[in-house]
Amino acid sequence: MRTSIVRSVQSAVARSSSSSSSTYVCARAYSSDSVPERKVAVLGAAGGIGQPLALLMKLNPLVSKLSLYDIAGTPGVAADVSHINTRSEVSGYAGEEHLGKALEGADVVIIPAGVPRKPGMTRDDLFNINAGIVKSLCTAIAKYCPHALVNMISNPVNSTVPIAAEVFKKAGTYDEKRLFGVTTLDVVRAKTFYAGKANVNVAEVNVPVIGGHAGITILPLFSQATPKANLSDEDIKALTKRTQDGGTEVVEAKAGKGSATLSMAYAGAIFADACLKGLNGVPDVVECSYVQSNVTELPFFASKVRLGKNGVEEVLGLGPLSDYEKETLESLKPELLSSIEKGIKFASQS
Amino acid sequence: MESISSDVKQRLARISAHLNPSPNLQVEENWVLSGENCRAKGGSPGFKVAILGASGGIGQPLAMLMKMNPLVSVLHLYDVANTPGVTADISHMDTSAVVRGFLGPQQLEDALVGMDLVIIPAGVPRKPGMTRDDLFNINAGIVKTLCEGITKFCPNAIVNLISNPVNSTVPIAAEVFKRAGTFDPKRLLGVTMLDVVRANTFVAEVLGRDPREVDVPVVGGHAGVTILPLLSQVKPPCSFTPKEIDQLTDRIQNGGTEVVEAKAGAGSATLSMAYAAVKFADACLRGLRGDSGIVECSFVASQVTELPFFASKVRLGRTGAEEIFSLGPLNEYERAGLEKAKKELATSIEKGVSFVRK
Repeated sequence: MRTSIVRSVQSAVARSSSSSSSTYVCARAYSSDSVPERKVAVLGAAGGIGQPLALLMKLNPLVSKLSLYDIAGTPGVAADVSHINTRSEVSGYAGEEHLGKALEGADVVIIPAGVPRKPGMTRDDLFNINAGIVKSLCTAIAKYCPHALVNMISNPVNSTVPIAAEVFKKAGTYDEKRLFGVTTLDVVRAKTFYAGKANVNVAEVNVPVIGGHAGITILPLFSQATPKANLSDEDIKALTKRTQDGGTEVVEAKAGKGSATLSMAYAGAIFADACLKGLNGVPDVVECSYVQSNVTELPFFASKVRLGKNGVEEVLGLGPLSDYEKETLESLKPELLSSIEKGIKFASQS
Repeated sequence: MESISSDVKQRLARISAHLNPSPNLQVEENWVLSGENCRAKGGSPGFKVAILGASGGIGQPLAMLMKMNPLVSVLHLYDVANTPGVTADISHMDTSAVVRGFLGPQQLEDALVGMDLVIIPAGVPRKPGMTRDDLFNINAGIVKTLCEGITKFCPNAIVNLISNPVNSTVPIAAEVFKRAGTFDPKRLLGVTMLDVVRANTFVAEVLGRDPREVDVPVVGGHAGVTILPLLSQVKPPCSFTPKEIDQLTDRIQNGGTEVVEAKAGAGSATLSMAYAAVKFADACLRGLRGDSGIVECSFVASQVTELPFFASKVRLGRTGAEEIFSLGPLNEYERAGLEKAKKELATSIEKGVSFVRK
């Protein structure tokens, strides 16, 4: 399903130009008549991730209404994006007093809001600021669009998803099938790094990534990667580490100017697109995501999930793991559990 | 397992691409297999694209979208600051374009060598109250330097110029290229696509239609009254009241200002500009690939009016803007607008040309 967001962007780009000689097979796949109305809200739309994410969602033909919310800056972003000649109607909302309007009727809510890491920081260091932001946004979601699919990007995801769950439980609106921690960027990174090492076309690569969304809690399952390649144990270890530290790689390269924004927007748009396809009844939409899960003894865990009209239709199992992966899995559980508990504690205290 | 249908779709797309090769391959009998015309068989299909100003407000989302474009095999990101960060970020995206970052003038050469297409968003944006012309002093110098690099390191590349004021920076680029003896009018294209995008959106709104179904030609230049939407030539054919024509023309001409004001000092259009730039760059790449019938509006060296440069529909092909279309029938309102546009455009062109000559 991943290639189709690239094609949907391509067909948005190639469409409505007066030439019609694009050879992309899917150029005519999106007829405006048969596609359901879908409202997508982006909370944190004026930020480093939010802006390119808003752009990509504006290009997505599955979106009929795009609601951009932030505490400031959104009128400008909305005016900018609203000029793009694609289907969706854009509205910008700035300030908490407009959050309700921004959320009403949303089918999918994407939350990139919050502060990014600086060099030397872990995702957990962001906890204090971002936990509070996530809590108030989720309180509003429970009130104004309790059935929306929530795509949580705000770090540390390992904790903010449990925070969201607690807020929804308190409000009596919690549906574990509709709350997702976005781990797609880890999958994107795993695929890219694997393709480079194995010297294969990245468009053909599939690698599941399980666990969580921070450092060693990120577990790419290269033993299940396709197409198969004869990588040494050293290579696998190096690829695993690089995938785990991918975010830090960008934080360091940006030298204080922020963390991954463009690749995060890209990954966020892929996952939101998968959610929309699932809602629209497209079969076999499978993506990795951090969700409430019975796959391990931890209450939340990332693995492949099948998406459908209710959000998570099925949490898929981990599949066969290599010895190295089994080891790594055990070693990540304590950190993941502690992040989950930190989130739950924060939410129940206030 | 990953969805079966997406694998099938990918295979279908690949097979279909083989079954529908570029028609021009058979037609061109004296197709010369020189360096720039040869696309290696079995090699990664795709073009080499450089973005000059890749760390800026337009450059970053532009880089993200070009990294997603399957026609791009190599993507070079150049700027005077922050490119390592943007490059690291984008390089993680799981698409096949190879990304490289270049920082500072000493790396401009490596950024440009071998490029097929160079997109230039570099420069400063407007603040409320400013016209695009107010940017002239800073941006003229930037464009001149970058174009000097192009003449040395990739003189045959197609150039997509975004840096404002486009009405002047395109003539500046032309002068720099002429001085170096590398000017090819087919390969220097001022990007006016955002005016077309805006026109399509605003007209569709008035008509109550999906913007993807509307096509409005926009000619002239890329600033205020030099932007001339030809509402009489809209597809699908429709008519407007005189009031609608006034309002639409005004809104299209001031679309950029609309965003500058809404951003209240935080910048000008970045996301919609990135989108429009990619739409236009993609058309250039499809033309380079040999696709037929690729027609887009662009500000180019032109004989369509008495002015040396003018935006109108051009047909993009393997050598750039291979055919420039005349304006077609204009109604009275449009003819009056044209005269007004030409006056201001002539001044802006002169200003650009003099800047290089002095």
